[in-house]
Amino acid sequence: MAVDTSRPLDPAAGAKGARGRGGRVRKDGTPPPRRIRHALARHWYAWAMVAPVVVVIGLIIGYPLVRGVYLSLTDANEANVERTIGVNHIPATYTTVGLDNFQAILEDQVFWDRLIWTVTWTVSCVALTFAIGLGLAVLLNRRFAGRTLYRSLLILPWAVPAFVSVFAWRLLYNEKNGILNKVLDGGGIDAVPWLNDPTMAKVSVIAVNIWLGVPFMLVALLGGLQSIPGELYEAAEMDGASPWQRFRHITLPGLRSVSSTVILLSTIWTFNMFPVIFLLTRGGPGDSTEILVTYAYRLSFVNSPRDFAGASAWGVLILLILMLFAVVYRRSLRKQGEVW
Amino acid sequence: MRDQRRGPLASVGLHTTLVIASAVAVFPPLWLVVTSFKPKTEAFSTDVVKNPTLRNYQHVLNDTEFLTWFGNSLFVVVITTVLGVFVAATTGYAVSRFRFPGMRPLMWLLLITQMFPVAILIVPLYNIMSTLGWLNQPISLIVTYLTVAVPFCAWMMKGFFDTIPVEIDESGRVDGLNPFGTFWRLVVPLAKPGLAVTAFYTFITAWAEVAYASAFMTGEDNLTLAAGLQTFVNQYTSDWGSMTAAAVMIAIPAALVFSWAQRHLVAGLTAGATKS
Repeated sequence: MAVDTSRPLDPAAGAKGARGRGGRVRKDGTPPPRRIRHALARHWYAWAMVAPVVVVIGLIIGYPLVRGVYLSLTDANEANVERTIGVNHIPATYTTVGLDNFQAILEDQVFWDRLIWTVTWTVSCVALTFAIGLGLAVLLNRRFAGRTLYRSLLILPWAVPAFVSVFAWRLLYNEKNGILNKVLDGGGIDAVPWLNDPTMAKVSVIAVNIWLGVPFMLVALLGGLQSIPGELYEAAEMDGASPWQRFRHITLPGLRSVSSTVILLSTIWTFNMFPVIFLLTRGGPGDSTEILVTYAYRLSFVNSPRDFAGASAWGVLILLILMLFAVVYRRSLRKQGEVW
Repeated sequence: MRDQRRGPLASVGLHTTLVIASAVAVFPPLWLVVTSFKPKTEAFSTDVVKNPTLRNYQHVLNDTEFLTWFGNSLFVVVITTVLGVFVAATTGYAVSRFRFPGMRPLMWLLLITQMFPVAILIVPLYNIMSTLGWLNQPISLIVTYLTVAVPFCAWMMKGFFDTIPVEIDESGRVDGLNPFGTFWRLVVPLAKPGLAVTAFYTFITAWAEVAYASAFMTGEDNLTLAAGLQTFVNQYTSDWGSMTAAAVMIAIPAALVFSWAQRHLVAGLTAGATKS
């Protein structure tokens, strides 16, 4: 059995050919017709396979995006958008205001406060979720009695719909009657205002999000671990590598393609994690746990009058931040030789 | 996977860590189950089995629209899952195996779709659905959930197809199968564990989605479970008894799908490890 370490990291190598950045077909002027036909045939299959996704995403995401960007450049709010009251149809009266919304947001300290907390929240959630997930995955990737049972129990939070879990945590966190405080009380410790103190609320929402996120990390990383050929470890052990060296030089590189993806995705998800914060604290106390997304939602659905333009502008800013992040992240991956 | 040459101390450490982690993982849902059997007035009592009662379940099943919501959810979720898995698999396969013009933009598109906050899309989407006359129709949720779940599932399937050796495709090609044939006859059977995870993810996404479900579906008869559950505990009422009982019944199908997917996952991952 050949041990080809490069394959799991670079699976496309076998199917490559057109791997270069710009595509290779036109490099030497007009390619011979057979090659075109060949390429067309091959690409036709690929295009047919991805077409449904492209169409659906284009319609359902593309249009709202364009509309959202447009609204962010207007002064649309509840009072001047198109609406129907009884039998009267009132046409829209909002006007374009250029970049005023963005200027107002960027000059406002509220945005920067929310941004700092959102980044703190995202970094701590992703880092801790990944660390815990990796630790547990490494533990579970051995043979011992009860392994399957542990795995089932650890993944259990994933099987419970997130909003159900969040309500469960609200039961636990309840300041007067929740079980957490009753247990602390039994130990002679004063009740902790889990969701009512700005600092504790931040810790609490992070804890819940980690609790929700670990199973996904665990499964993804366990899958990655099990795709690393065992022969590598045997060989390393034969050469006298310590457990730490094996972890550092076999496990981590072997996990790189899985972990780069899950870190990217969970960063994006956490940055936009709406339900946890909304259902646990509604952004409170005050606005201490409000992240950018929940704030944007508050502008268009909670506050009165509803500020559609402002919410859209916040949304556009959120998107820009995430896209910037994705570009930087991808560039750093590419430097390590990971390209897609 | 290596043999256990582990000292007793390491063994104790391993099991202690896993027991604590499992307890943390299991406790919140478990407490929810326990609470659901308590009389309404004792929702916050710490006693585990004082006066257990089925009153909450009876109330939810008999006096609310719970079963209707359940049916609505099931319909939306099953169709979403079937379509989603198929589309995600073909997309993931295309991205994993072919280098085609438009592939990079597509990867970007899939990624960027993940970045869209619900809060921004929901108003324009609502307008689209109302123009199409799809409000209060399951199709509005099916289409929306597909756009939520498929991009990630396609990424996941790409990762899974990446671990299946391309030699398998090549041998199919040699035997005269076209790319669809290779995909369908050779690769899909090998990718079953990946498909199971994808199905599970799509299912859980659709089963648990709150925001769109509450925006697009109105009227007692059209709600799905996620929207329905909120009617028990909101700003004005907090009927923790009904909420916990309903929550438990909502979690059961998810847990069933999960245990099914997990079995595939275990079998498949082991196979995946020895595949090379």
